[in-house]
Amino acid sequence: MSVATYSPEERFRLGMLWTDSRYRSTTIQTIALFLVMLLGAYLINNIITNLADLGKDFSFGFLFEPAYYDINQRLIEYDSRSPHWLAAVVGILNTLLVAVLGCALATVIGVIAGVLRLSKNWVISKLMAVYIEVVRNVPLLLQILLLYAVFIELLPRPRGSEPMLDGFLVATNRGFYIPSLVLAETGWIVVSTFVVSLVGIFLFRRWARKRQEETGQIIRVFSISLGILIVPTAIVFFALGSPISLEYPELKGFNYQGGIHLRNSLVALWLALSIYTGAFIGEIVRSGIQAINKGQTEAAYALGLRPNRTMKLVILPQALRVIIPPLISQYLNLTKNSSLAIAVGYMDVTGTLGGITLNQTGREMECVLLLMAFYLTVSLLISAVMNKYNQSVKLKER
Amino acid sequence: MLAQGQLKPKGGFKGTTSYSGGFGLLVGDLLLLKTHKLKIGLTKRPNSMKSKYLPVALSAVFGLAAMTAASASTLEEVQERGILNCGVSTGLAGFSQIDDNGDWQGFDVAVCRAVAAAVLDDPNAVQFVPTTGKTRFTALASGEIDMLARNTTWTFTRDADLKFTFIGVNYYDGQGFMVPKELGVESALELDGATVCIQTGTTTELNLADYFRKHGMSYDPVPIETNTEARQNYLAGACDVYTTDASGLAASRSSFETPADHVILPEIISKEPLGPLVRHGDNQWEDIVRWVLNALIIAEEKGITAANADEKKAQSTAPGADTEIARLLGAEGEYGAIIGLDNDFALRAIKAGGNYGELFAKTIGEDTKIGLARGLNAQWTDGGLLYAPPFR
Repeated sequence: MSVATYSPEERFRLGMLWTDSRYRSTTIQTIALFLVMLLGAYLINNIITNLADLGKDFSFGFLFEPAYYDINQRLIEYDSRSPHWLAAVVGILNTLLVAVLGCALATVIGVIAGVLRLSKNWVISKLMAVYIEVVRNVPLLLQILLLYAVFIELLPRPRGSEPMLDGFLVATNRGFYIPSLVLAETGWIVVSTFVVSLVGIFLFRRWARKRQEETGQIIRVFSISLGILIVPTAIVFFALGSPISLEYPELKGFNYQGGIHLRNSLVALWLALSIYTGAFIGEIVRSGIQAINKGQTEAAYALGLRPNRTMKLVILPQALRVIIPPLISQYLNLTKNSSLAIAVGYMDVTGTLGGITLNQTGREMECVLLLMAFYLTVSLLISAVMNKYNQSVKLKER
Repeated sequence: MLAQGQLKPKGGFKGTTSYSGGFGLLVGDLLLLKTHKLKIGLTKRPNSMKSKYLPVALSAVFGLAAMTAASASTLEEVQERGILNCGVSTGLAGFSQIDDNGDWQGFDVAVCRAVAAAVLDDPNAVQFVPTTGKTRFTALASGEIDMLARNTTWTFTRDADLKFTFIGVNYYDGQGFMVPKELGVESALELDGATVCIQTGTTTELNLADYFRKHGMSYDPVPIETNTEARQNYLAGACDVYTTDASGLAASRSSFETPADHVILPEIISKEPLGPLVRHGDNQWEDIVRWVLNALIIAEEKGITAANADEKKAQSTAPGADTEIARLLGAEGEYGAIIGLDNDFALRAIKAGGNYGELFAKTIGEDTKIGLARGLNAQWTDGGLLYAPPFR
């Protein structure tokens, strides 16, 4: 038989890198990688040369110098003699604060808007459609500025303001004041009772679910949970003679003192971010619900499930698979968009590290690199956490 | 929207030393871009500013936008370009603002025009680049502007650490406070607990922190970016106090509907020598700007005005005349050549808008709306601090 024309010992020639389809893609990829690295090297070299031309060195030593400026919203101890890195931390906490508040409110707004847009009530569904379409298509910066302008122009000045809701809220053009909790000596017992109650609720629900799986009995989880949440804490609270009191804001001098001051920069930013991102989340929720085949609902009804149980047990678990991945990117967007804070003078990390520190020290490179590293880390963390959650709700293939 | 007309090389884009760093530029331009977003609709902007977005677009597209090439001096670059890029504030009455005809006017603007007249023989060959307290230094360091004349305080770190050279002082100022009269505040020491509007990225921010700390008072800072925003916040009562340089306060107050309802408190809490500045590294350019400013000051001292400058020059060679005038106005010596210009550079600078005193009177003096007295800014012969080195 003289069929063996194919010789496995064909010798490798350089030309084959291009002509042979087995090697060609590797060749192209290698060249592409090389070009990208070359570009990177050029950029880095360029930065170094230009910094040297300017006579600037590259060092993070400035972070340990006193910052010399004050920050209005501080979640931790900070004054003008604190170092720059602490100013950056204050900014980071402010960023995280508005991001967490924003993600929570945006989710609430988004779920409501998404569900209502599917409502059979024509007026409600059209109203939601208008909200979503208008808000999604107007630049966020304008919305933030608009809200802020509304706050400072329309709300009364501190001296002309009247406490509302029995003193629980004071709205001024410098922000909103609400009472703060003041713990007396035994106050911590009430707080720990509350925490223990929370743990209790968690354990109770787990037990109830297990019991339902084993015996089929359904326990009224909600009312019992509510009972556990309120009753023990209330008993301890009154038994100890009300050790937790409220401190109401009072007008003293130029401003209200006492209570919690929610600056209008924070509120404007928070609301604007939530309303804006909420519109996107609304669309995601709607698409998630619509992605579930109508047959699922009908099958559930046929099994005798009531509408709310159908939603909770059949539709939502499946819809979440569709909703979670795009929801992650909305949370990321909200966090990154919070860097528009400086437009209303909210001192987030872009305002402290990337604003005043950068400007007062002239360390553009270092500050911007640190900022990028921060946002990158936060975004990756959010992604990681949400992906973990996604794992738990996604279709389990067995 | 990169229209063709915008693609012509501009400013620092010619690949020269003035083009200092891709990254710094990128950051600076992003900051600039942001400010402009905020300002859309608030102020009138000249058309020529559009070209400023070119670097932004390019840096955004390529992410590199940096070129290092053989150096041309700033002077050559400006002369080749035919226009001086001068950084000013985004709008401060009397110092730099756009008038009803869309022209830039003001005390700082006049310095730019004098330099343009000296270097380019045309006081109008200036491209004014509005900068905020935050963007100004990046704009200068990146080469987007050739000089900065924006009520900028001369400090050690700005001079030495940020690598700039302050070429002199054109206004001796100090930080003050303005409050609405209805508050009944008469001294800055009564401001404990007040909400204070400050322009962020300025020395005033640091002075304020020091002052309140020193007197054991608390305050609530509201950081804002531009004078326009400060005005909005202050007039709406979102802050009790507005603090900046006393001259800036007077300028802002003059633009209010009812200036009399606001008082400037007597305390001046800092020294704020304001002056034009240039980048490190080009001593010739530094000398040009410095001696244009000095020429304006000497001109006032010697009684040379825009109107009589030519006449003074003609008379200066007569026996018994002041030889410093002859040297200054180019009737004697070759002083212009020393800094790469012709002999009439100072003459043209003076004729552009007048001597220092004329500029002061025209833009911020007591007969204007702003109504600033000469005070510290009088000539040394009148008991002020203006004391230009001799022209010889």
